[in-house]
Amino acid sequence: MSDQFIFGIEVFLNGLMAGVLYALVALGFVLIYKASGIFNYSQGVMALFAAATLVGVMKGQVPFSHLINAIFGTDVHYFGWHLPGIVGILLTAVVMILLAWFVQRFIFRHLVGQEPIILFMATIGLAYFLEGFSDLMWGSEIKKLDVGLPQGINTWIDETTFGIFGYGFFIDNLDIVATVVAALLVIALVIFSQYTKQGRAMRAVADDHQAALSVGINLNFIWVMVWSLAGFVALVAGIMWGTKSGVQFSLSLIALKALPVLMLGGFTSIPGAIVGGLIIGVGEKLFEFIVGPMVGGATENWFAYVLALIFLVFRPQGLFGEKIIERV
Amino acid sequence: MKTRLATMAVAAVMAAGPVMADLVFPSLSYRTGPYAAGGIPFADGYADYFTLLNERDGGIGGVPVRVPECETGYNTEKGVECYESTKGEGSLVYQPLSTGITYQLIPKVTADGIPLHTMGYGRTSAANGEVFSHVFNYPANYWNGASVGINHLLDINDGDLSGKSVALVYHNSAYGKEPIRTLEELSEKHGYELSLLPVDHPGQEQKSQWLQIRRNQPDYVIMYGWGVMNQVAIQEAANIRFPMENFIGIWWSGAEHDVTPAGDAADGYKAITFHNVGSDFPIFEDIQEHVVDKGLAAGAGDQIGKVLYNRGLYAAMLAAEAAKTAQEMHDTADITPAMMRDGMEALEVTEELMTELGMPNFGPSFSVSCENHGGPGLGGITQWDASAGEWSLITDFMESDKEVIQPLIKADSEAYAEEAGVEMRCN
Repeated sequence: MSDQFIFGIEVFLNGLMAGVLYALVALGFVLIYKASGIFNYSQGVMALFAAATLVGVMKGQVPFSHLINAIFGTDVHYFGWHLPGIVGILLTAVVMILLAWFVQRFIFRHLVGQEPIILFMATIGLAYFLEGFSDLMWGSEIKKLDVGLPQGINTWIDETTFGIFGYGFFIDNLDIVATVVAALLVIALVIFSQYTKQGRAMRAVADDHQAALSVGINLNFIWVMVWSLAGFVALVAGIMWGTKSGVQFSLSLIALKALPVLMLGGFTSIPGAIVGGLIIGVGEKLFEFIVGPMVGGATENWFAYVLALIFLVFRPQGLFGEKIIERV
Repeated sequence: MKTRLATMAVAAVMAAGPVMADLVFPSLSYRTGPYAAGGIPFADGYADYFTLLNERDGGIGGVPVRVPECETGYNTEKGVECYESTKGEGSLVYQPLSTGITYQLIPKVTADGIPLHTMGYGRTSAANGEVFSHVFNYPANYWNGASVGINHLLDINDGDLSGKSVALVYHNSAYGKEPIRTLEELSEKHGYELSLLPVDHPGQEQKSQWLQIRRNQPDYVIMYGWGVMNQVAIQEAANIRFPMENFIGIWWSGAEHDVTPAGDAADGYKAITFHNVGSDFPIFEDIQEHVVDKGLAAGAGDQIGKVLYNRGLYAAMLAAEAAKTAQEMHDTADITPAMMRDGMEALEVTEELMTELGMPNFGPSFSVSCENHGGPGLGGITQWDASAGEWSLITDFMESDKEVIQPLIKADSEAYAEEAGVEMRCN
């Protein structure tokens, strides 16, 4: 086998792994859009907020300490504890549920029946609110996130592929963990939506709000539940991306990576988010590998959006999205 | 009622009078947004130095200093708005800490007669004072940085880079592309092979670039990054086990927050710098006594001694010394932006002065002239010690390759002069 072909396999595998990370972000969008028809612009910022909260909770940081110190002239910064990762994740999940309740109670409850564009605008407002709130609560410095996930080259894959191809493949341990977590998350979400009462209620709301109301489903509860699930998915995405780069403002920009995934996979399909993520991940990495050197590189973002655009032209609902036909 | 209002208005104008006499050094900062981690320490250092001068010396030449802060969010449009909203306050010099804002401000400051100081960023060819009358980028620019990086590689390779390979990982923007021409010229001169690896904004995903580095195994990697790109690149380098001592970032890729997310894996990473690092200088005792202990430290007061804090401090010190020079030149304490420009053009920084200021060996000695607004172009190399959690300067400040850089500066600035219809000065 030629070297280029072997390198291509390595690029393909890394593209799959990158795709899983994109899909993790896209999943949060899908959950909320499917249940409420809201395109949640703030999903990326929710990932940032969740990750910053996780670091703050684990380190025992006093929330709003800068504000408290500025107003009261105190010098408090830490409670003095250091929590293990799993406890931090559980406490952060509680915070994300509180956030979901807040969002539903103070924003979307007042916007029932409004046009989708109004709801979308509300999520833009929410994104900016959360950005500032996160900075105020936990500070804007870059934070190291360590919940004990392994990072760096997987030596078993490196040695095994070296034995087969004479070249050891690079696969990041963190990407392998992300793949396993994403798979578990999707399985859990599918089981939840198919086999639990709340999950079936969520699907009913997604199909028809009015019909769901008429059979006694509590819409407010379902929407709080959906935003909580999206918040949990944001937490998982925040952990994976935050472990790679540290927790910082740019984490909110990972939403940009999810958009082409959604356009390709469809806004209403959980499997679509996964398949879309894998196609975008593999496609952009292979394009960069094959075509990048001929055109000066940095083609990944461009390719992802162009591929999504092509899909939009030929299949506007995406690969797995629902085709909506409105009769006049 | 009307008389009372008129009296109050007159009183307000009179009360505002002394404020106009302050020396105004606006801070176009960014404490929010994707680049806040870099913007905050710089802004804190800039503000704290002027607070120190006010508290310890009563200002500059007896005139208090005022530092109005305007948040740009590293956004070019907001930066221009900040400039427009503060220039009427008698602003003496602008330091926007953004190449994008700098490019927009160059024609504006030239027309308004207000100097612009872009230390280690901005338009590199602004070093040619014959063309850029109001823009200064001393003591070093991007091209000096690239050359200093290569000079360091020459030093550790007994002066011979032939047969070696160097990869440039750069932010795919005007800033990131700045060193390409210089590195290409230097590769012809020294015989190393150069490969270019652009990273798209913001740089959160760099797998392709680092897989390529792993395959091609360049001997050295030079990085021109900013923001999240730096942290991800250093982590990816650690992941592929690229030797950190062969990985060198420009001064915008060499702060504490760039290396700490990677933990121990970042140990040995190097960065180019044009000023010293750490807080082991007498001036920090003064800052503690006159600024921190009085509760006047800027921001949260938790950035003191960090790399970018020191850069802000250094920028403020150079601005203050230029203001002092202007006061002496024009024999007045209340200087105007035009006088400040003259002071910047006549600035002379000696080691004696640095020692007197409590900053011995904090930066190189240099002087500015009408022709040379770029200073000496000296740079040093710092290295990260992960266990100690600190940077240290591991070389002296060394020369950059003027033989290569000067013709590039001349060609670029003269092309600008022709395009913008600028008349050459300094004859």
